[in-house]
Amino acid sequence: MTWTSILFAGFITYLTRMGMIVLIDKDIFDENFRKILNYVPSVVFPSIIFPGVLLDDYGTLVAITDPKIYGALTAIIVGFFSRNVILTIASGLASYWFLIFVF
Amino acid sequence: MSSKFQIFKVGFFDLAPHLLSVIPFGIIFGAIGIELGFDPIMTYATSLIIFGGASQIVFLQLLSGGASSLIAITSVGIINSRHLLYGAVLSEYLNKLSLIKKLFISYFIVDQGFAVSNMYFKKNKKQNFNYYHLLGSGITLWLCWQISTILGIYLGSIVPEALGLKFAIPLTFIAIIINELRKLDHLIVMIVSGLAATFFYNAPFKSYILISPLIGLSAAYLISKFKK
Repeated sequence: MTWTSILFAGFITYLTRMGMIVLIDKDIFDENFRKILNYVPSVVFPSIIFPGVLLDDYGTLVAITDPKIYGALTAIIVGFFSRNVILTIASGLASYWFLIFVF
Repeated sequence: MSSKFQIFKVGFFDLAPHLLSVIPFGIIFGAIGIELGFDPIMTYATSLIIFGGASQIVFLQLLSGGASSLIAITSVGIINSRHLLYGAVLSEYLNKLSLIKKLFISYFIVDQGFAVSNMYFKKNKKQNFNYYHLLGSGITLWLCWQISTILGIYLGSIVPEALGLKFAIPLTFIAIIINELRKLDHLIVMIVSGLAATFFYNAPFKSYILISPLIGLSAAYLISKFKK
């Protein structure tokens, strides 16, 4: 039973990956729609980021003093000015750990 | 003009920083699978067959909690539905490939790979063999996900929970979209989607991951109308 579920879940996931690439012809989307698609990273990733920072494991809002909030703010500021991926992630983690372990 | 292998390498290097979150997450996933009572082969099979981190955790949690297969499979489908958006964006760059290549490359489409390769595609529109970048980023992530799952299965929770490495996931996505923060329209759309996701987080089947991007895209549509 579990094996069948895994296969089905895998098949559906593969369909989500392959569907648009294989089935959609380039010309189906007009220029305006393409412009909207430009926003895809800007709508999907914040949908992962915000709950990851603002909510705890149980889906409740964290306190304003939560180290995750300051870790994320540090990463945003460092990333904005450095334009460096590794620095962004590292500074966020470093400030988060500093607040957890030192304070 | 870069060679196929050079482009593949760029994909590898662009993705590499994000392994900082992928590898701990993979280890955590492998350990969780065993803790939930699944055997090593089954736990690993989800990494090979489903290959979608967050959805795999939800899938095993639901099944071990006694949920029906239908609910578990539906949740996986909804969580991974964001790939449809990635595919819609990437279709512009991949539409000249043969069907076999499209079918092959599709398996390797993941969040971070999509993000870095999409940036590369936008910058190098005229170049041939750009899809090797997507292969470079996707296969790198795939390989590390497979290995780290196996590490987690056999070594258990070697990543101390106190480190809170789950937090590395939002951080790598911050790093991915940081440059879009410079544009006001994108900034507004990001805040709208992020707040919507936080608000709808407890919606059934993890559907917030589908609802909030759609709300964000509606906001983007309104903004684009307003700009004209």
